[in-house]
Amino acid sequence: MYMILVGGGNVGVQLARRLLMVGNEVLLLEKDVPNAGRLARLLGEENVMLGDGCEMLVQRRAGFGRADVVIAVTGEDEDNLVVCQMAKYVWHVDRVLARVNDPDHEKLFLQVGIDNTVSATGIIYSLLEQQVMPDSLLPVGALARGNVEVVETKLTARSPVVGKRVRDLPMPGQTNIVWLLRHEHGQMVEGDTILEAGDTVVALVPRDGAEQLRTLFGNR
Amino acid sequence: MKVVIFGCGRTGSTLALELARLGHQITVIEQNPNALVRLGENHGCEVVIGSGLEDHVLESAGIREADVFFAATRGDNSNLMAGQVVKLKYNVPKICIKCADPLRAEAYRKMGYLCVTPSLLTAGLMRDWLLGTPYETIDVYNVLLDSLKV
Repeated sequence: MYMILVGGGNVGVQLARRLLMVGNEVLLLEKDVPNAGRLARLLGEENVMLGDGCEMLVQRRAGFGRADVVIAVTGEDEDNLVVCQMAKYVWHVDRVLARVNDPDHEKLFLQVGIDNTVSATGIIYSLLEQQVMPDSLLPVGALARGNVEVVETKLTARSPVVGKRVRDLPMPGQTNIVWLLRHEHGQMVEGDTILEAGDTVVALVPRDGAEQLRTLFGNR
Repeated sequence: MKVVIFGCGRTGSTLALELARLGHQITVIEQNPNALVRLGENHGCEVVIGSGLEDHVLESAGIREADVFFAATRGDNSNLMAGQVVKLKYNVPKICIKCADPLRAEAYRKMGYLCVTPSLLTAGLMRDWLLGTPYETIDVYNVLLDSLKV
């Protein structure tokens, strides 16, 4: 696949390296002259281009028109937003992905149609939450343009659902517990499954049902 | 009208002073306190120091009550992002975005944003001055450089 990365910071370089390793055609765009030179020596001349990835003329030279994926990973959210919007609406790239530095901006990206975002702060916070607050309902991903959330939670003995049959739980509408991890083994969840303390359960829930699910599981 | 202007450069400060002179209620958002000297003294504008990309800054500038928002910093992408935040989150009825790159401006015009490109306006005005033809509207100058289109 042809993948264009915009932003030659640490994230961009490591990502480019890995994508090259698994056999993709990769072009990393970097606007800073000395840094672009350094990256070209590191990743190979053919994999790095000097230029501002927000400029349409640079995008044309880089081949946005035939890119399978465009990934914006600069340290500035406004730059990542514009790169992704141009890729999507001017060049009709199928898959665009943005790094979001300020988690407060995630909703805006979603609203303007950039539904694939990665927020390091968000991920680190989730992991931290998992370590520090084992009861909490963690977002693992989003489906249907963010309207459906994939969430997981680890059940403690205190959870009101422990010992109950899944079919008997007063679940919010259109919500499904789909899978659980019990003693290191994953299993599909059915109506007859009885939840146990220590289970990690994964559920699909519409965005407006998350609060109800949290109450059901006894999450704080 | 209640007007919020993001960016106190040459464009933002001139616009702020002119609209204040005409009796409108102006709030200027600017990250760099040194830039505020452009407003001079007794300018009659409210000033909020910070980035117009941040909700709390916009809110303390009174964005919820604003009739119009101008994004006039030197950063095209900051302007484009701020304009979208203000439209989608705060529903400000009138939004005008300064965008120096004509091609980027055109892309966002197609998405429904009013983008103004200073270089195109200047070139157009200069052309009409030279030819003695009547001055045109923003929309006419905005599409001057057809040769640049991809």
